[in-house]
Amino acid sequence: MPEYLNPNCSFQGLILILQNYWAKYGCVILQPYDMEVGAGTFHPATTLRSLGPRPWKVAYVQPSRRPGDGRYGKNPNRLQHYYQFQVLLKPSPSDIQELYLDSLKAIGLDSSLHDIRFVEDDWESPTLGACGLGWECWCDSMEVSQFTYFQQVCGIECTPVSGEITYGIERLAMYLQGVDSIYDINFNGRVGKERITYADIFLQAEQEYSLFNFELADTSLLYRHFIDAERECIAILAAGMPPKTGDFHRCVLPAYDQCIKASHIFNLLQTRGVLSVTERQSYILRVRSLARRCGDAFLLTDAGCICSKERSR
Amino acid sequence: MADLLLELLSEEIPARMQYQAASTLRRLVTDRLGNAGLTYEDVHVYWTPRRLTLYLRGLTIRSSDIYEKRKGPSVNAPQSAIAGFVRSAKLDDISQADIVHDPVRGDYYITRTAKRGRSAQMIIAEAIPDIIRHFPWPKSMRWGMSSLYPGSLRWVRPLHSILCLLTTDTDSEVIDFEVGGIHSDNITYGHRFMCNRNPIVIHNFADYTEKLEQAKVVLDAERRRNIILTDAQNLCVSHGLELISNNELVEEVTGLVEWPVVLIGQFDEQFLIIPPEIIRRTIHAHQKCFVTRKRGDTRDALSNHFILISNIETKDNGKEIAAGYSKVIRARLSDALYFWHKDLVSLPKLDRYIAASEKFGLDLKKPLDQRMAHLDHLNVAFHAKLGTQGEQVARIAALSVKIAPIVGANPTFVYRAATLAKADLQTEIISEFPELQGHMGHQYAILQGENASVSLAIEEHYQPKGPTDSVPRNPVSIAVALADKIDTLVGFWMIDEKPTGSKDPYALRRIALGIIRLVLSQNCKIHLMYLLREASHLLSYDISKYQDAAYNKKAVEDQEALFTDIDLILDDLLAFFHERLRVYLRDHGVRHDVIEAVPRTDDLVQMTRCAEALIAFINTDDGNKLLNSIKRVISMLDMETKKNTIIAATIDQTRFREKEEVILNEAISKVEKKITPLIREYRFTPALFSLPILIDSIDAFFKKVLVNDANMLIRANRLAVLDRLYNLISQFADFKKITSKK
Repeated sequence: MPEYLNPNCSFQGLILILQNYWAKYGCVILQPYDMEVGAGTFHPATTLRSLGPRPWKVAYVQPSRRPGDGRYGKNPNRLQHYYQFQVLLKPSPSDIQELYLDSLKAIGLDSSLHDIRFVEDDWESPTLGACGLGWECWCDSMEVSQFTYFQQVCGIECTPVSGEITYGIERLAMYLQGVDSIYDINFNGRVGKERITYADIFLQAEQEYSLFNFELADTSLLYRHFIDAERECIAILAAGMPPKTGDFHRCVLPAYDQCIKASHIFNLLQTRGVLSVTERQSYILRVRSLARRCGDAFLLTDAGCICSKERSR
Repeated sequence: MADLLLELLSEEIPARMQYQAASTLRRLVTDRLGNAGLTYEDVHVYWTPRRLTLYLRGLTIRSSDIYEKRKGPSVNAPQSAIAGFVRSAKLDDISQADIVHDPVRGDYYITRTAKRGRSAQMIIAEAIPDIIRHFPWPKSMRWGMSSLYPGSLRWVRPLHSILCLLTTDTDSEVIDFEVGGIHSDNITYGHRFMCNRNPIVIHNFADYTEKLEQAKVVLDAERRRNIILTDAQNLCVSHGLELISNNELVEEVTGLVEWPVVLIGQFDEQFLIIPPEIIRRTIHAHQKCFVTRKRGDTRDALSNHFILISNIETKDNGKEIAAGYSKVIRARLSDALYFWHKDLVSLPKLDRYIAASEKFGLDLKKPLDQRMAHLDHLNVAFHAKLGTQGEQVARIAALSVKIAPIVGANPTFVYRAATLAKADLQTEIISEFPELQGHMGHQYAILQGENASVSLAIEEHYQPKGPTDSVPRNPVSIAVALADKIDTLVGFWMIDEKPTGSKDPYALRRIALGIIRLVLSQNCKIHLMYLLREASHLLSYDISKYQDAAYNKKAVEDQEALFTDIDLILDDLLAFFHERLRVYLRDHGVRHDVIEAVPRTDDLVQMTRCAEALIAFINTDDGNKLLNSIKRVISMLDMETKKNTIIAATIDQTRFREKEEVILNEAISKVEKKITPLIREYRFTPALFSLPILIDSIDAFFKKVLVNDANMLIRANRLAVLDRLYNLISQFADFKKITSKK
């Protein structure tokens, strides 16, 4: 392996190896979803595709936005924008834990030298109405992945259950490269003048977005956008309703985009510190209700496939 | 005799569930085998992160034959009855039945059928799959292909293999069965990392523990625990340290490893200026490591060394692992330190807080006061219809000052504590460790020199958070805690967002329980209605301000309607409290019928003390006797009321004809005089125990006096005596609802 692809010194090498590993296993390698999301789970390839009976194997990198985690580029461990590497296997194969451990081996984490642990952490996304049982995966007490057996998504029971693995790739890279700050991660694996670090690419963005997220974002505008997205989502879903039983729903994915949008706006409002604990709860319930409607509608589509209608393929 | 070995191997079981699951497994298996007629000598259960194991020794190899008797009709019974018995007992004819001679009842038919004993193998093969399928995990899941179908097997995490062996000194046999696609077998697997993934064949229990040990699994949790504690203490001693042990953490860590290896790590000393509680929580909660102090250090201070428990032995003796743990802890602590510093410095542009500081009487030189001013200034919404958090704090402060004299708290301290109670929500450290809300406010308050009871109340006003959380004793804390909770509850009632069925998104039931527990901890009269009304006055002003902000016109109309119905709303809320109190008392073993019988008032202490005293009372012989006598009185009154018989409004002594009437009436007067002051002071036990002197006079009354006298006036007068007695007793409870022993 050339050095610029070695996960020990290359962030992009880490991504490429994970992609290769899961491609070899038979996953579809998708690209990031083109919207602001809080986690890889929001990608419709996970949220929606985990519903319904059809088998599905996918892996992709997803840039994830957590506005509240921004630290103006001053904290070595926290960013408001970072990457998740997401794997979804539906139904969950019986050797999924071994597959995961072998993927760690593939990126050079030696499980005979490091203390790797599966520690209870039942995952829940209140905004998506999703929950599952699983673990945080620890490498020497650092949480490097989240491992979940989806039980419910959009408030709908998963049949069958999917296994979801989410790698925190900056954390893994810090570990593999032996650096103490995310900003010191070598991105392209080159040395000397050709070396591009995480700071080179993202430090300025972290500073600017932290300023925007915490101080500048116009809250009255955000309140309005939230209501717009909420209304649009409901309207689109209503318009796409199947004309008669057995027909497909015609407009789920665009509606789901609005749900994602509402969720991100909610995160921004929270970051601006204008929502109390109680108010926060009511926003969560509103986003969840959108997710639930989208999930219900997805089951009425070709991809959701619980229609009695024969597939026309 | 044989031994049964059962191992259920799964993916990692949450540490907190392992012990309970093993005990449950023991109970279920022994119950089932026992009920099926098998006996055993002893049983042990074991648990690790991945396995639940049961070892049962000295099991009988079959259940004994059981004879079932079935009684039939008399030999002289009609032919049809005998024919029916022949049919139901599945006999060919009645001569197959035996005849039993019975001098009293007369001779009758009987059949005896033998139910043959069954082999242990058969019983186990039936019992174990059933136990697995219905195992009561606190939380369980579905997985894999089978989860496509309804009714698929649930387990705490995916179940991978089942080892089930029946062994004797010479023999070892797999008990064959299948659950959720998993076939029982004689194989297990070793440590996840320190051993290969190949199956290990097991012959018996001794073989099992030995091979597991070779495969780097310490089966016995007690042994793992001892290894952890002993090694940790030794390691500390050799570094001049003392382990700050924590039982919960020891238990948890024991359940996280199959092969414990104790290591030591350290962080930079500069982090020790962070409050020890934050360091401890960070290291415990996120890293599952132990903190230490320097040997002989008596201060509440930590050392910069920590103890970690790894699940593997490595060729570099854990060097990489300890370095990794240290690095993670360093990152966490540097976060905490950054926030700690930021929270102690002055906020910029203090002049924007002048309005807030005047409103709450804040001292803008102090950091926590600034954070409160900031909270108010930001107009953070508490709830769209209930105003901002600043307004909420103002209401809590006003209400808690009203509560202060009731619970014996200093009103100045109460006001100060209430105004600072939510200030830490604007600190950086709380945005990072939300679970420390209150605790950090307490710390910062001490640092800025607040009175001790004020500082404590900032932390304690959130309590009790759940049914097992402790109730504060500090009167200032109690006043603020009550005010905070009552404000929330009344607020949500006024905007009609009450819990329905299983939906309680704002945890209002838990808040009501908190109020109940706070009130019951006080030995004074607290009239809840007064507090609810005060809260509603304060709230109605803020709610009306936000009418415009309500989503649509209809909501505004709804709210207007609400205000006119404030009494109805508060009555409804009081009924909610009664319902919660009923649940609370029932959970504490108070008899259901007694709870129902106690009169409902807005004084929950009175209701509870009365219920408790009643139970003690009716459990005595006298109490039960009295209860039965009173029930007789009540049923007579009920009957006469139904018949519309006239009951005199007052008792006319000149209308007494029998001496028993006079005696009963005098007894009532005497008791009434005695118990009235007692009841006023909630001394229900002595009050109730004064009642039994009535028993004889009631009995004599019923024996000698005919209530239904032909003279209507005399009858009405007699009923009036009973009615007086009934009213006297009703101060305690509606005795009709209480079940008595005959």
